[in-house]
Amino acid sequence: MMIVALTKERTPMSLILILEQVLNGLQFGVMLFLMAAGLTLVFGVMGLINLAHGALYMVGAFAAAAVAGWTGSFVLALMASLAAAAAAGALVEVTVIRRLYDRDHLDQVLATFALILIFSEGTRWLFGSFPLFLDVPSYLSGPVMLPGGIQYPLYRLAIIVIGLVVGAGLFWLIARTRIGVQIRAGEADREMIAALGVDISKLYTLVFALGAALAGLAGALVGAIQSVQVGMGEPVLILAFVVIVIGGIGSIKGALVGALLVGLTDTLGGVFLPRLFALLMEPASAASLGASLASMLIYILMAAVLLVRPSGLFGGSA
Amino acid sequence: MGREKLFNAAVLLVMLAVPLLAWQMDEPFIITLATKVAILALAGVGLNIALGLGGLVSLGHAAFFGIGGYAMGILASHAQNYEPLFAWPFLFEGSNQMPLIWLVAVLASAAAALVIGALSLRTSGVYFIMITLAFGQMLYYFAISWSAYGGEDGLSIWVRNEMPGVNTLDPIQFFAVAFVLLSLTLWFAARLAKSGFGLALSAARQSEERVETVGLAPFKLRLMAFVISGAITGLAGALFADLNRFVSPTMLSWHTSGEIMIFVILGGVGRLYGPVVGAAVYILLEHLLGGISEYWQIFLGLLLLGMVLFARGGLIGALLGREVAHD
Amino acid sequence: MTDPVLKVENLSKSFGALKASDDISLDLRPGEIHALIGPNGAGKSTLIKQIAGGLRPDAGRVEVLGQDVTALDTVARARMGLGRTFQISSLAMEFSVLQNVVLGALGARGRAYGLFQNVMKDKALLATAQEALKRVGLQEAAQQRTSDLSHGQRRQLEVAVALTLKPRLFLMDEPMAGLGASGSKDLTGFLDTLRHEAPILLVEHDMDAVFALADRISVLVYGAVIATGTADEIRNNLEVRRAYLGEEDLV
Repeated sequence: MMIVALTKERTPMSLILILEQVLNGLQFGVMLFLMAAGLTLVFGVMGLINLAHGALYMVGAFAAAAVAGWTGSFVLALMASLAAAAAAGALVEVTVIRRLYDRDHLDQVLATFALILIFSEGTRWLFGSFPLFLDVPSYLSGPVMLPGGIQYPLYRLAIIVIGLVVGAGLFWLIARTRIGVQIRAGEADREMIAALGVDISKLYTLVFALGAALAGLAGALVGAIQSVQVGMGEPVLILAFVVIVIGGIGSIKGALVGALLVGLTDTLGGVFLPRLFALLMEPASAASLGASLASMLIYILMAAVLLVRPSGLFGGSA
Repeated sequence: MGREKLFNAAVLLVMLAVPLLAWQMDEPFIITLATKVAILALAGVGLNIALGLGGLVSLGHAAFFGIGGYAMGILASHAQNYEPLFAWPFLFEGSNQMPLIWLVAVLASAAAALVIGALSLRTSGVYFIMITLAFGQMLYYFAISWSAYGGEDGLSIWVRNEMPGVNTLDPIQFFAVAFVLLSLTLWFAARLAKSGFGLALSAARQSEERVETVGLAPFKLRLMAFVISGAITGLAGALFADLNRFVSPTMLSWHTSGEIMIFVILGGVGRLYGPVVGAAVYILLEHLLGGISEYWQIFLGLLLLGMVLFARGGLIGALLGREVAHD
Repeated sequence: MTDPVLKVENLSKSFGALKASDDISLDLRPGEIHALIGPNGAGKSTLIKQIAGGLRPDAGRVEVLGQDVTALDTVARARMGLGRTFQISSLAMEFSVLQNVVLGALGARGRAYGLFQNVMKDKALLATAQEALKRVGLQEAAQQRTSDLSHGQRRQLEVAVALTLKPRLFLMDEPMAGLGASGSKDLTGFLDTLRHEAPILLVEHDMDAVFALADRISVLVYGAVIATGTADEIRNNLEVRRAYLGEEDLV
């Protein structure tokens, strides 16, 4: 998974370690939110399950890596990721996705799975199988000292801030703007919004491109921590599904809460479960059992939410 | 005999004739390909019970395929290394006997399907798809971190497992084993579709309200279908691992789930022989297109996309017409 | 007087600010047809759903054959003998007509469905199914695909499936809709005899049928029962005339 243990161990279980891991969890969660927000909007407004959302994440990362390679500018790279993913999203919506709104979920699954194959192999064909690297710009690299004496990588902190700002912007867009009103109306009743005189196919393309842009941005931001490679979007996609199942389909608020829950659970579980087991058994098997269990933790969380609230924490009826 | 029955008989005949011919011409590679088709078709026949008959769009069937594979890997690795699997309540040293391995594979994947199904069938629609996908992924990550059985690298078996009366090392004999299992399962699936259970399950796919109103519980019908479906896919997993003498987390990955679903769709959803045709075409494409281009999956993607958008009945639907036969 | 087969007591259900069921009480006695009428949006469907088990009431209770079923689901209530037909057809459209009725017979048999026997060759089930089709006059259409049936035939098939369950009471939601004059007359005659097998709670817009058939009529307006009585009592009830039949009387 996408957690990288950042810090060398000093005193085990120290407060500083816990705080660092909480920040890591937040950073992971914020990225998951960018992915899940687009997915859940597309579910909510168009009733479509889009497996190719992870491909758009990958497109964003590759666009950023390519542009950073040409220009050396990280800001331009991020803008390229937004633009490329939005354009890819709009293109796919117009050519394929809009034929799927009235189809059953099986058709949607198959067609978007086919899109993954096309995107992945196409990218491999264009860029080759070797991972690309997107460097963190110098003004964002290195650690920063936080209150309380915590040293934390500036770039990760920046990711958290960017993610939260984009998230706030999204809430504002949906709550306060005309497009937001149309999106919410579209969630409630497709015919009504057509009756209001809104060009529904334009709105759908816009929503899809918006979701794609958010995924692309997430891909670029994460791409600078990890390598940029084909297939990088898929594990994140499935985690975003877990986020949506926990948060409830169509709910942006649910996506935020679900993403932070998953991000924190996964990060903290991965670090602390093996240590917890180490208190009870010998180190080798504690590490292995702890790691196995930690890898399953978010799915267990999902199962628990399902048992209590089958339609998710913020969902309507399933 | 209706057209579809004739067609099905022809499919089985071709499936049998190709490896026999290859055997005559001493082309073991083709026999292995045919064996692969039979095994993947078996996995598809399993999924088709949930997907075609029950309308359950499971994107997590790789879980059962992989559990079957690991059942083989774990039993056989203990047997080959002479390390007992457990000593209590009795000493069990693992096994290299296929029938026992199959039994364990079927039981283990059925048990997993029972748990996953009981949780995910509480929901429907896109939730069900996402949840089955997520549980599949959970097992994938579990296998990766399970270092005792190879972790990410997987688990190799030196010699193919044995079966009384059969030389499983001989490709044509191992093909025969896979073919017989596939035929038996097809027969079973046909009976199932025509049984009262099949009728009720199919009705639940069309109208949940209808089934409830006649006093049958859709949840139970679907759970049972999901368990049967998972068990068959698990059996296929055990055979697949034995074919490769290797099992790895890849068998559990969601791409595997997607591929099993493609077998079903290529052939035609709900068609008894859909997965057989689908798996054969898939393997054929893999080798024809794979020979032309390293990026053959682009073409597979385009083909699949075209099929979903323009030819929804699958290949059998295109050949025999859209109507699924009822009698 | 014998005990009622169905008893609804103080049933209430709200959707937000809308009171869809407002303290509804009514009963269904052996051998009777009890019609439920009311303008569109009066809450008839919501009431039917709560009786059938598809919707939980906020308050109140439902009793079937003297047993409190408020907490039971649709499946359990169907097993107790509640036979239901739908306003919007819920039949399995890909099935043949016969398959739909066999499904009903299978449900009536309970959980004993085999995994191996061909259900369409089960003599006992087929006999039950054919008998039910014959009673509603659909035996000629047995092999047709359900989606090819006319609206009227689908209503007949709904009734046939309900018959296979040998219910202790019927819950029928607009069985006459889409039948046409002669079909509606046939079904009226059929329901007239059916009531002796099991009483019928009948939701119906066809007023001729209602006044011809019903032993008692309840009028639902804005989620509340404003009157229950015989056809004559309802015809002469001032409140009903004002609230519901009023428009027609103005002419």
